[in-house]
Amino acid sequence: MLKFTNVFKNYDKSVLADINMEVEEGEFISILGPSGSGKSTILRLASKLIKPSRGKISYQRNKPPSIGFVFQDATLMPWRNVLDNIILPLELKGVRRNISTKKAAEWIMKVGLEGKENSFPGELSGGQKMRVSLARSMVTDCDLLLLDEPFAALDEITRRKLEEDLLKIWKREKFTILLVTHSVSEAVYLSERVIVLSMGPGKIISDKKIFKENFDQDFRNSQQLFDLNKTVYNLLAREENS
Amino acid sequence: MKNISNYLAPIIALIALLAIWEIFVYSSNIPIYILPAPTDIFLSLQSNFKDLLGSALITLRITIYAFVIAFFVSLFLAIVFSLSNILESSLYPITVIFQVTPVVAIAPLILIWVGLDNAELAILILSVIVAFFPMLANTNLGFKSVDQNLLDLFLLNGASKWQILSKLRIPFALPYILTGMKTSIGLALIGTVVAEFVAGTGSSKGLAWTIIESGNRLDISKLFAGLMLLILLGITLFMLMTAIERNLLKRWHESTQENRG
Repeated sequence: MLKFTNVFKNYDKSVLADINMEVEEGEFISILGPSGSGKSTILRLASKLIKPSRGKISYQRNKPPSIGFVFQDATLMPWRNVLDNIILPLELKGVRRNISTKKAAEWIMKVGLEGKENSFPGELSGGQKMRVSLARSMVTDCDLLLLDEPFAALDEITRRKLEEDLLKIWKREKFTILLVTHSVSEAVYLSERVIVLSMGPGKIISDKKIFKENFDQDFRNSQQLFDLNKTVYNLLAREENS
Repeated sequence: MKNISNYLAPIIALIALLAIWEIFVYSSNIPIYILPAPTDIFLSLQSNFKDLLGSALITLRITIYAFVIAFFVSLFLAIVFSLSNILESSLYPITVIFQVTPVVAIAPLILIWVGLDNAELAILILSVIVAFFPMLANTNLGFKSVDQNLLDLFLLNGASKWQILSKLRIPFALPYILTGMKTSIGLALIGTVVAEFVAGTGSSKGLAWTIIESGNRLDISKLFAGLMLLILLGITLFMLMTAIERNLLKRWHESTQENRG
């Protein structure tokens, strides 16, 4: 679906160096790395919001996929209610109001926000705001979902609930996910592949497939997850201390 | 209970102040042409009400025209600035010149340019000059303060410049625009009155004219009555803007939700 070939990105200084990675359709990939390793920059490059300084980003069938983006903050428009926030991407693409309302209503159900359609962001909890943000990013039936530390500001219980819900949606909708996170356990639990970046300028120091026997609640407390966490954590800690 | 005391406290303070004023004037035998007592001012307001109201309406009309023109000029300029950095860096410093130049210093020039027979137009122009800058500065700041992530979201979904302006920049800047409007409505009134003063008596029969004329005749009670109407006008316009602001922002902006738990 998406391929980075020798991608470099410089601002005042070098942020990413020689990134090579291929993202297959339907994959759930997490990107881990120390602060300043350029994790979020990879998402911005993938979304075409910014261009690489060197190298090439290519898409399957030479056509950029439809992209949904979720930021660390829910980034909702406080003057719009839940329904109108979710509708926004369809509205910008010129979809007729009755069609976009129907579509948004489906996603309100899928993310568990029934009854909150007319609430304003200021009336929602942090978890509910993030659900709106997720629904908004997926309402266009995106092929590629980019998540930039979406659960970082949430409490543990809300975070776990949202992780479970995201997994369910991903399994059902089968789109591709690139998740940037600081949390090793989140990355290992959620994804099929974990990419670890070095200290800035970020280079890929590990690209590890996660083979899971199951994805259910038992997996969260399994020895397998514990061992995987330990392996990835050691990689990251070694990089932080280097 | 707290709400009632919030409203009552300033009213009681005002009544107390007027009572002290009344007692001071009569106990000190101060002549009415130096400082009239509040009751004298009230009686003058009653007997000259028609004249004063007519003058107040003239001042109010020019103030509102000036405010509306200033609003559209500032909104237009802020939109232009948001679309072009070059235009902003070339034109913004020029708008600052209007802000820092005292209106009394340019009033004679404007009067000469529009002709002494068109004093009301000169007053309107001067009032617009005084009123437009706070709205421009606030609207411009609001447009620039747009959340970068929201802007990225719009770009990601292929939004046009017009969609970014109408669906993001203007709603995002609304609290800033309204703050500018609240400042500017008061400045429009001040600008109108100052311009009326500079234009001189006979050119416009607004409140400033009444105040000057009353001063010349040593009718200080009427002068104070005119002043009171002016203050009342200023407070009413400010409260009107505050009500509009609360109404437009009530469901979503933090400034209107201080009592929410």
